[in-house]
Amino acid sequence: MWLRLIWAVRLWKSGREIMALLEVKDLYVSYGAIRALHGVSFHVDRGEVVTLIGANGAGKSTTLRTISGLQPADSGSIVYDGVDITRTPASNIVPLGIIQVPEGRRIFAPLTVRENLEMGAFTRKDKREIAESMEHVFQLFPRLKERVEQTGGTLSGGEQQMLAVARALMAKPKLLLMDEPSMGLAPILVEEIFDIIQEINREGVTVLLVEQNAHMALSIANRGYVLETGTIELEGEAQVLADNPRVREAYLGGG
Amino acid sequence: MAQTFSRPAKNGAMMQRHNGMLLNRFSQGFFILLGLFVVYVLGRAFLQNPKVFVEQVLNGLQLGFIYALIALGYTMIYGIVKLINFAHGDVFMVGAFTSFYAVATLQLHRWPTWLFPGVSEGLMILIGTVTVILTAMLFSATLAVVIERFAYKPLRSKPRIAALITAIGVSFFVEYFGALPFAFTNNYITYPRPFEVNVYSGEMISPLLVVGAWVLFVISLLLSGWFTWTSRHGNVQAQTWKRHPLLQFGLLFFGFMAVVLTLTGVKIETGGKVWDLSVSNVMLIIMGASILLQTLLQYVVSHTRIGKAMRAAAYDKAVARLMGINVDGVITATFALGGGLAGAAGVLYATAFKQVHHLMGIIPGLKAFVAAVVGGIGSIPGAFVGSLIMGQTEVLAAGFISTPMRDAVAFSLLIVVLLVWPQGIFGEPPAEKV
Amino acid sequence: MLRRMRKSTVYFIAGGLIIFVVIQLLLSLGILNNYWRGIIFWGAAISMVALGLNLIYGFNGQFSLGQYGFYAIGAYASADITYRWVHSDPSGIVVVLFGSLLTLGLYVAVTAFLRRFYGVTVMARFTFYILATILAFAIAVAGLVPLLGPAVNSILQVLPAAISRQIVFFVALLGGACLAGIASFLFGIPVLELGSDYFGIATLGFTIIVKVLLDNTDTILPFPEMKGARGMIGIPQWTTWPWVFASLLLVILVMRNVLHSSVGRAIVSVREDERAAELVGIDAATTKVLAFVLGSVFAGLAGGIRAHDLAFLHPQSFNFIQSFNPLIIVVFGGLSSMTGTIITGFFWIFLLEGLLRLYLPEGFETWRLVVYPLVLLVMMLLRPEGLFGRYEIPFLRRVLPPLPTKTVEIQEEAV
Repeated sequence: MWLRLIWAVRLWKSGREIMALLEVKDLYVSYGAIRALHGVSFHVDRGEVVTLIGANGAGKSTTLRTISGLQPADSGSIVYDGVDITRTPASNIVPLGIIQVPEGRRIFAPLTVRENLEMGAFTRKDKREIAESMEHVFQLFPRLKERVEQTGGTLSGGEQQMLAVARALMAKPKLLLMDEPSMGLAPILVEEIFDIIQEINREGVTVLLVEQNAHMALSIANRGYVLETGTIELEGEAQVLADNPRVREAYLGGG
Repeated sequence: MAQTFSRPAKNGAMMQRHNGMLLNRFSQGFFILLGLFVVYVLGRAFLQNPKVFVEQVLNGLQLGFIYALIALGYTMIYGIVKLINFAHGDVFMVGAFTSFYAVATLQLHRWPTWLFPGVSEGLMILIGTVTVILTAMLFSATLAVVIERFAYKPLRSKPRIAALITAIGVSFFVEYFGALPFAFTNNYITYPRPFEVNVYSGEMISPLLVVGAWVLFVISLLLSGWFTWTSRHGNVQAQTWKRHPLLQFGLLFFGFMAVVLTLTGVKIETGGKVWDLSVSNVMLIIMGASILLQTLLQYVVSHTRIGKAMRAAAYDKAVARLMGINVDGVITATFALGGGLAGAAGVLYATAFKQVHHLMGIIPGLKAFVAAVVGGIGSIPGAFVGSLIMGQTEVLAAGFISTPMRDAVAFSLLIVVLLVWPQGIFGEPPAEKV
Repeated sequence: MLRRMRKSTVYFIAGGLIIFVVIQLLLSLGILNNYWRGIIFWGAAISMVALGLNLIYGFNGQFSLGQYGFYAIGAYASADITYRWVHSDPSGIVVVLFGSLLTLGLYVAVTAFLRRFYGVTVMARFTFYILATILAFAIAVAGLVPLLGPAVNSILQVLPAAISRQIVFFVALLGGACLAGIASFLFGIPVLELGSDYFGIATLGFTIIVKVLLDNTDTILPFPEMKGARGMIGIPQWTTWPWVFASLLLVILVMRNVLHSSVGRAIVSVREDERAAELVGIDAATTKVLAFVLGSVFAGLAGGIRAHDLAFLHPQSFNFIQSFNPLIIVVFGGLSSMTGTIITGFFWIFLLEGLLRLYLPEGFETWRLVVYPLVLLVMMLLRPEGLFGRYEIPFLRRVLPPLPTKTVEIQEEAV
């Protein structure tokens, strides 16, 4: 009895050390007759920033949608923290600690900033903890605090992106999936967003970042994967990828 | 090269076009004249016999309050699933029939006397009526949820027209199932009200009541004004207080109560004409119940977790899922809420018009939908205001323009309003999605 | 000559001829009694209404519930023309025919006038068109009836009775269709701006308005012969199989040729994406009005056919519950399938009004309306694209491959 318990604890400990936080294996996804992912495999370790880069239609967003449970997988597996979540519905994924910042911000425009943030914390029950998270988020984004009773639609583009990130943080995630956070933002705001991503990561949140802006993404990531037409073409340390001639040519604007 | 783009091509065939502002002004003038004519007709009717006119307005108010309850469900359901739920009017009908059976067969409105034989008559009627309304709401909500689960949910990923045809099919099914001899039959059935109708004329309304209503209304108004003022000056807390449901209820309920009681409580004799209106308890109950339920709904939607989730899901279902919101559950809850309100409306409608019929839900249902569209679909105050407008339009058209044309005028309202406000009065322009 | 036709055309003509001859024979020989004759004619009328709706909804994407309103307008207008003619009053012919012609002329003038301006609002356009309509019919009633009435009368009296009767019937059908077209034009200008679901409710409202007006034709409207809610009687029963067949054929051919032309491609492109269509230079508003008017003209024509077969019109048969029928037929048959619409239209009447009414036992009459929504529900669950999907017989098939229908599908926006 005791032995088994010790054994289990040991297994658990070793497992936690070895096992990646997110392990995607051989993922096939299709929209009707059109196959979007042809056997994508990658893993994200605890505390990392991992980026998926690739052109339009390469399957980056599909990968995130599948992890979030919006898109059913044909085959393959997604293992998160030792649990298979391939077939878990979207509403049960957030409580596990995975949340996505969707592409194009997609805040709830008719809701106030506070209500948007509450929606991020929808799966959490403890009111006190939620209030703490909200305070924390306001420390990260002081500008949101000023606008807390405004409706989301009245915010500027940069503020909306901040709200989208803040909303996701309200779920107290362990793994943050970010889909094109730089899209449609002025360069100065892009830098601000990426600084915030790094700060969030420093607080212990693992980040899986999907970007077309490969240069920015690789500059803050630990590792990266290059996705092309539904398969992983290249993978490696971010710095190595950034120096790879193919990547430079295809995604970093030549030179 | 740049010049070519900046200047229009010199083409002989090109027509010289003039600004159409004059034509627009002309048409506006035309419609304003028409509107003035309607105002003239109504104004003449008012001056000829103000008593009858005000009586009609009160009737319109009563109808509008009933429509409001149906329209609230319509607007919420359309807001979240973008489906004209044609069966909503039939949920309303089932609500009316539920209360009919509860009252006529089960005598449910007398249940307090079963347990406590000595209970006073007034208390018994109050508790009994509330019980009947709650029963009808429960039944209707269940029916709405069942319809949603079995008819609409399987079609959520199918083409939109499939859901619409299904809605029509469900509506027919409920209506004509109701017509079967063992269900509701296809006769007009007299509805036994759960309470006696009392008509209060001027003398019976104590002035204290009128003054009390006014005082409470003024207090609510002052509070609301004060909160508005302070929130303009940066008090965030005041903004939340301003939207407090109790305050909303106070404003609406005491406002309408004060006006109605003043109109009916005053007795004036001028030049042989006697201004002496009466108000029935049915009217007051309808008004109170409708305002209460609509404030409750407003509270649920703006302050509770599920209500916020409803608004979020209505705006963007996919992201709502990403936030961990169980969108299917939220949709079911919306149907339940809408169905419950429709059931309450059914009871009130049957009480007011003393008749139930298996097709009674169609026209009120459609009119309530029109009212919801007029007010701006997806907006709760919009549904309320739209319904009041609808009630007035219908009754005034019937009273002073042409009785048989009441439905025609009611539906023309839709076209007229949408031409002026394409999103409805309170509607928000849809997010531009290209 | 035959060799130069396409094979599908030959088959279509041959098939049409065979159907025409067979049914004519069956009718002449008395194998099909009056009851079944009525069912067939009714089926043809419903098919025409449904084809019109298919043009509006299936091909142009505008969800209309008002087709029964136009059907009713066509029926009552044409019935009134022939009724008056039978009672030796040619005013119906003069007013409807010449009034419509005058209206069309004025519309052309108004259109040419409005084209000279930019920034004209929908309201303004609507105002001018409605003023033109009122003017035209006022002239027709006040000026043309005393002027042309005796002349028309004497010309028709000179001709043999059989011929003048057919001419009057033709004019009546034409007049009904024209009036339905004018009504739909006036209604469509403001309402088509509203967008799909609101347009649906507004057209439903139109059906209700028409029904209310029909209920009060003798009180509010000045048509005592229509007898309001008691129903119009004494309409001559002039509809024959050749008329029915010719009308249906006309509707099919007009619709096919419109759809195969560039106008048809514009109509379909507006369904797919209104904004994109406008970006390539298609006038979406005009296209929508065109499809709506054409579809409603079909409905008006069908109304005339039905009125002169039934010889009795009652407002109750045009109430809005009935107005769901064409929609259900179109969806059952398959959106944007003409073949499916026609076949379903006939079978609809054949089953619901023919077989079930005849063979269901007495007490089960009411069950008809309980079972049919259930069938509808099952159908929508199992085959939401309709029985025929997008199948067409070769003659009606488009030269270009059909576009995938997009607008009619809910697509949750991707994340």
